[in-house]
Parts: sequence; C-alpha cells; structure tokens
Amino acid sequence: MPAARLLKNALGRRVPSVVNGREQVPFQGVGVSRPAGSKHGPPIRSSDDFPADGNKCVTDLATALERCGLRDGMVISTHHHFRNGDKIALQALEAAAQLGVNDLMWFPSASFPCHAPVIDLMDRGVVHHIEGSMNGPLGEYCSHGKMRGLGVLRSHGGRWQAIQDGEVKIDVAVIAAPTADAFGNCDGSHGPSACGSLGFALADSIYADHVIVVTDNLVPFPCVPWQIQGNNVDCVVQVDSVGDPSQIVSGTTQITRSPDRLLIAEYVARFLRDAGIMRQGFSFQAGAGGVALAFVQFLKDMMKEDGVRARFVRGGSTQYLVELLREGLTDYILDGQTFDLAGVASIASDPRHVGTSPFTSYNYHGKGNFATMVDATVLGATEVDVQFNANVVTHSDGVLLHGIGGWQNCLFAECTILAIPSFRDRIPVIVDDVTTITGPSELIDVIVTERGIAINPRRQDLLDRLSGSSLPIRPIEQIKEEVEGILGGPPQRPQLTDEPVAVVKWVDGTVLDTVWKIAT
Amino acid sequence: MPGHAEAGRKGEDVRSDLHVNVQLRKSGGRTVDVESKVATYYGQSITATVEGVLDALAVRHARVGVDDTGALPFVIAARVETALRRAGVTSDGDARPTRTCVPLAPQRDRPRRSRLYLPGNEPKFFVNAGLHRPDAVILDLEDSVHPDEKDAARLVVRNALRCVDFGDAERMVRINQLPVGFDDLEAVVPEAPHVVLVPKAERTEDVRAVHERILDIQRRVGSDTAIWLMPILETALGVEHAFAIATAADTVVALTVGLEDYTADLGVTKTAEGSESLYARMRLVNAAKAAHVQAIDSVFGDVGDMEGIAAWARRSHALGFEGMGCIHPRQIGPIHDAFAPSTEEIEKALRVVAAFDDAQAKGLGVVSLGTRMIDPPVVRRAQRVVAAARQAGLIADTGAAGSKG
Repeated sequence: MPAARLLKNALGRRVPSVVNGREQVPFQGVGVSRPAGSKHGPPIRSSDDFPADGNKCVTDLATALERCGLRDGMVISTHHHFRNGDKIALQALEAAAQLGVNDLMWFPSASFPCHAPVIDLMDRGVVHHIEGSMNGPLGEYCSHGKMRGLGVLRSHGGRWQAIQDGEVKIDVAVIAAPTADAFGNCDGSHGPSACGSLGFALADSIYADHVIVVTDNLVPFPCVPWQIQGNNVDCVVQVDSVGDPSQIVSGTTQITRSPDRLLIAEYVARFLRDAGIMRQGFSFQAGAGGVALAFVQFLKDMMKEDGVRARFVRGGSTQYLVELLREGLTDYILDGQTFDLAGVASIASDPRHVGTSPFTSYNYHGKGNFATMVDATVLGATEVDVQFNANVVTHSDGVLLHGIGGWQNCLFAECTILAIPSFRDRIPVIVDDVTTITGPSELIDVIVTERGIAINPRRQDLLDRLSGSSLPIRPIEQIKEEVEGILGGPPQRPQLTDEPVAVVKWVDGTVLDTVWKIAT
Repeated sequence: MPGHAEAGRKGEDVRSDLHVNVQLRKSGGRTVDVESKVATYYGQSITATVEGVLDALAVRHARVGVDDTGALPFVIAARVETALRRAGVTSDGDARPTRTCVPLAPQRDRPRRSRLYLPGNEPKFFVNAGLHRPDAVILDLEDSVHPDEKDAARLVVRNALRCVDFGDAERMVRINQLPVGFDDLEAVVPEAPHVVLVPKAERTEDVRAVHERILDIQRRVGSDTAIWLMPILETALGVEHAFAIATAADTVVALTVGLEDYTADLGVTKTAEGSESLYARMRLVNAAKAAHVQAIDSVFGDVGDMEGIAAWARRSHALGFEGMGCIHPRQIGPIHDAFAPSTEEIEKALRVVAAFDDAQAKGLGVVSLGTRMIDPPVVRRAQRVVAAARQAGLIADTGAAGSKG
C-alpha cells in the first residue's frame, strides 16, 4: 500500500494522496479532470446459469449473500429511498455478520440516523469503514477517528462517477424494493411500502458483480413498471417489511414557520423574479429543507401574478411541487428523490411526474447531464466564506454532520443560490474560511440571508440585473461584519487535529477537501 | 439558602438563552463555570461578559454557574445581573452593557401602521425583529411576561434598548400597570425608548402619573429626549374617558385599544369581525381625532389566518385607524398594504400638494386646483397621504404614483 502524504490541491486545501489504499488525484479546478480509458464493467454472465422459469427467490438475505459469494473485505451497497425508514441496510449487514464475514466496506447512497447500529458492526469488525454520507451518531463516530478506514463523501453524481470509472467496485448490491417479481424486476412507485423513484440503485444494478433484490411485495412476473431490470439481478428475497414509508417524510419536508426563514424564502423568490430568471419556460430545482420549500410558495404566487409557467422543476419532489404540476404552473417534475407521500402518489399516477436517476441528472461521465440545464437552484449550507466557498458536510466545530447528496451536482445550474440564515443561535454562518469546502466559490452565485443578499462578484451580470431592485443587495463582507457585531466579535477558531478522518470528493472524483479528526 | 439565586432558562427547547446559578459567599473569591453549546466559538467571550457584570456590581466572592444555549452578550449580562439582584446584591454599580446602537431621533407624527409585539423575556425574537420592517417594535413587559419574571424581563429590555438594532422601527415599551410600571420606567426611561405604552388607562391620572415619572427620571439622568405616550384603553371606563386620556399629557401621540380585556370587561365574546367592539373603536377614533393624536387599532390574534388579518386591517383603515398591532412578523405585510393609500388617493394627493407648492411659490394665499378652491385641512391631509405613500414605497422620492408591489 502506498504511504499517504498530504498534498495541496487547487484550492490550497491539504488532502491525502492515498485514501483506503487507493491513490488520489487532488482537486485541480472545476472541469479540469478528464479521466481516460474505458468504463468499469461487471463480469460477463450467461443466461443459462439462471433459472429458465425466472424464479430467483431464495429463502433469506444470508442465503442470498452466501450465494453471491460475499467474503471478507468486499464492498456491499445499499440505498436510501426510505431515508430514515430503511430496514434493509442493517438486515443485510447483520446477515453478513451471521455468515462470519468481516472488514466489509459499506457503500450506501446515503445514511440516516436509523443506521446508527452500524457503529456496533464497525466495533465488531464486520464493517471496516463507510464510503457514503455520515450524519448524527455515525458522523460523530467518524469525526472522533474511531473508524478504521477513511470516510469518503461523494455527491449522488459522484457516486455514479466512482462506480463507472472503477474507483469503487461493488461486489454485492442489496436493493430494497417496494414491489418486485421473482425475476428481479422491481419498482418503487407501487406497493404497501411505496417510496417513489429507485434512481439511486440504478448504477449498482448495472455495475455490481452481484445484485440482490429484497421486497415485501412479491408480485407474479411481470412487475410493471420496472425501474430496475431483473436481467441484472442474481437473487430475490422476500421479507415482511423493507421499510417504513412514513419515515421517508423527514423533518426537512415541512415548510418553515420561522419568520426569519420565511423572509429568506421571500427574498429568494423576489430575487428570481427581479433577476429575470422567472420567465416563461424557465426551470428550477427545489430541494428539501424549510427555506427551499417555502420559496416555492412565494414563487408560485409571483408566477400566477405574472402568468408565468415553468417547463420543468427538478426535485426532491414534495406536495408543494406536486401542487405546481396540478395547477399547471410547470409542465413536468423531474424527480430524483421522492420526499413525501404526496410525491409518491403523484409519481405513480401522473405521467408528467418523471423519475430520474443520478445518471440522467448528475453524472460527470455522462455525455452531459440535466443539472447544468437548470436555470436556478436553491440550496442550503452549514457555512459559507467571504470568497463564496460553501460547506455542507461539517459543522463549524469540525464535526461531520451531513452528506453531500445532490448538492455539489446542483451547483452547476445557471444560477446557484444558497439560502441560509446569517447566524444560528450564536454561531456565525458567514466566516473567513469554511471548515470544509464542499462547493468551490466559482459555482456559487448568490447567498441569500435574512440580513441581505450577497452576489458573487464573478457574476457582474447578476449584479447589473439587480441594480434597480428594491432587494437588499449587499457585499458579503458587510453582512459578515454586521453579524459579528451582533454576536460579540469574531468567533474563536475550533481546534482540529492534523489527522484525516474523511475526504470530500468533487464530482469528478478528485479530492476537494479533508475532514480532520476533532481535538478532544 | 441565603445568597443563592437563579435566573434565565435551560432545557431541551431553550435556544439562544442561558441559565445562571449564583451562590454569594463571604470569602473564597469568585469561580465562574461556563457550559455552552457555543463554547467552541465564544467560550472566552461568555466568561468575560459574566466577569464584567460581577466587577460592575462589586461581587468579589461568589460561585457562578452558567448553562448557555447561544445567548447574545446583552442577554447574558441581563440574566447574570438578574441572578445577582435576586441573590441580594444591592450595589448601585452600573452593569449595563456598552451601548452599541444609537436610536433614531424621536418623531411625533411618524407613521405607526404596524407595531410588532415582542415578549420582553424572549430576547431571541428581538435581534431580527427590525428586519421585517415594522413601523414599531413593542418590547412588552406586561401580559406576555410571567409575574415572577418581571425583574428579569425589565433588564433584558433595558439591555436590548442599548444593544439591539431595530432598524427603522420606532422602539416602544409596554410597561405594567402602576405601581409595578414605575419600576419598569426606572429601568427603561434612561435608555430613551421612543414610546411608552400605558396599559389599562382609565383616567387622566393614570397617564399623568406615567408622564410625570418619566420627566422625573429624565431630570435625574439628565436627558431631555422626548418620550411619547400611547395609552391603551382596555375597559369600558377607559373608553368613556377616551378624549380626556388623549389630552392628559402633551406627550400623548396615539390612543390604542386592547380588545381582549375590553370584551372581557363587557362580558361578551371577541369575534373575528368585531361588531361587539365597534362602538369602543369608533369612540376611540373620534376622541383621537378630536385630540389630534393617532388612532391605532388592536391586534388580530389568528396568526395563521392571512386573509382574516387583511380584511380586518382594511376595515380598520376604513374606520379611521392609522395602524394596528401585530403578534407575528408575517402580519406586517398585509397591514402595510391595507393602511397604504390607494393609487387614486395618492394621485389626487400629489396634485393637491403640487398645487399648494405652486401657490406658495407664487405667494398666493389661496390654493386652487382647476376651478376648485382647496382648504388648508385638505392640503394637510394630502401631505400626510404623500408621506405615507413615500413610506410605503409607493412613490419615488420625486416621482408620481406607481403600482403597488
């Protein structure tokens, strides 16, 4: 194994040269990296090796994992369509533990608080490390340097990129499906545990060596529609319940009631109008999170007032986007992830509500992707700095807090807006240097806070378009100084060690920044 | 335990506040233990703030424990001072935080369309209140503060008047009924709030007592900044005395009404359309106009009903009120819309004002518009409409009326 050194990348951040035994390329700048060669492919299979009657059912997950040849040190992947209601990731890892398998790399498309028991599996040696988002207890565990390998944080698009260019080779993918047939065709939009799109599992189904489908709603062939093709599936396992669909609705899908957050949301909507972005046939992305949902409500009123209709809206679908569709204010919803049950019902019944995957929306190794075609995207952040770099993965005390999700990929929209409070309690959000760069400043155009709107000086065009607006457009340094005045001066800097515990990947697979072990 | 006291809040739901535990002692010096969820960023600053209050009040021997959830410095200072006072510290030292905010000059006739109520002991709502652009904020020491917390709220409000930037909003304080209200005045008058709201005003004496105490305190601290009064009529008797109350002191700038207490006094139910209080409100409007002060309506209590508040505010404007209270920042927009003059009103007012300016320039005593003569009251009203429209952003500084929005 090559020895790891710390290298400086194009943003001046120190990043390890080797991560979990693989050599790394430090971030070189947006759009610089151009890997060559062929995409990764799974081994050649022969249909004669699979049952002619199409019945791939096995009795339980342990049997399926055994049949798929799970061994020490392999990579096992799961997906987060059920968000905090997922049951299958833990069941799969526990089944691996039953088989006596150790040192697995768990490769989830995202993790949630319900996955906290993986800490125990790491302590027992079953799981070696996680490459995927780590929040809550898992984030704490990693931040304190307790994980044996380094965490690797990737965007949804970056996960697809890592699979396609062979950086991560998935040995066994376990896909939880609300409806499936015995052949392995499966779908997320129907069944008692319907969760909407299964887009995050698509790459795994195509590129993993082995694929297991787990369902609580086995239907006779054919399962229609099929979002995942059974032709890629090795085994099908029937269980009592794959997940709790009521838990796919997280706290982040409620509109905020905070007057300050509503003010931010109103500023966002007015910005889109005053900048001329809100026009006939435009498009926007709205994520989860109180402000992101609330701005849609304000924008909706303005669209009605001006008689403007969007061509498409990308989400994170929620009831608020579904209402836009029903009221004729957008032609389509392009849905990467279904956030609430209204979204689930809509995607199952309305042909204008279309499921997408990180391949169509985000992938760096595709021949283009949808994210760059969106007119405006509204996102959150834990911190931004006066250069307009932003952080979503760590808290300003350095503790790993959130995954990247589609956040990095969405930055490629024509106009990227971060809608954030200028401080939380007594914690400033606008700082001199973000703790962890998750998004480079050249892609972040506008920062909307309750105390004013800062436009990146790189976007002179936006500054010009807003010159006559009644919105409070202010230099970012001025907002920062005002907040520091309120909070009682600039904050002390948190103490961090020089020991990496995780890395943040850019969408092209290069290393953007390092998460350091926190000092205890 | 003698010399022991607590102040402030702690618990799962508490944010941007703190809890202070003080034990005074005879010897042994001072220990200050700070637990804070923002210790990483402001741990040193919190300790310095606590030490500063102890120094100011000459407390040399004490054990002080602070449990902080991200309170701002002015809140920390107020809570620590409250705990020390409760523990029996009587020093007349000045523990007020350094003034960081200079208020706007007092203005008797400024627009008072919206006044945003802020519970006096909930400082986390203060700091962003001005961002919502109300015409005024009311730091409330009366009904929103528990009787056991009056001392705490008083210091929070006093410190806020020194440190919180409420933007262009007029700074109002609602004191308690007398005699508790006298203690409130002692705390806040030196910080020069623009307006003091006098609750449950029933007689001229209620208003005069407040007025005289304000002058008395101002003489002591050497201040001559005007502090206006807004009596609140909340009883049948108060409504009967509306004109006398409005003229009880030359600093009264407005009359307002508290409908919860008024309807209770009448023994009727308060409704959303408000016919049970129509007489009181009209009596108030008439008395206020007769006394040349502003008539300001009560609050609309259902924060979730945006159409309800818009309808109430429009009716209120039509009855002759010039503003109303709000209990949530989202109510400010509909109120300002309702109390803003209409485009036709603005255009007419601009023509009248232009004609007046023209007559002034020509040295004419008589103002005429076309073939009509314009009386002085019409000119004054037009000037007020133009000012209000300018305030509402409906006309540019020199331009004509534009469309709203």
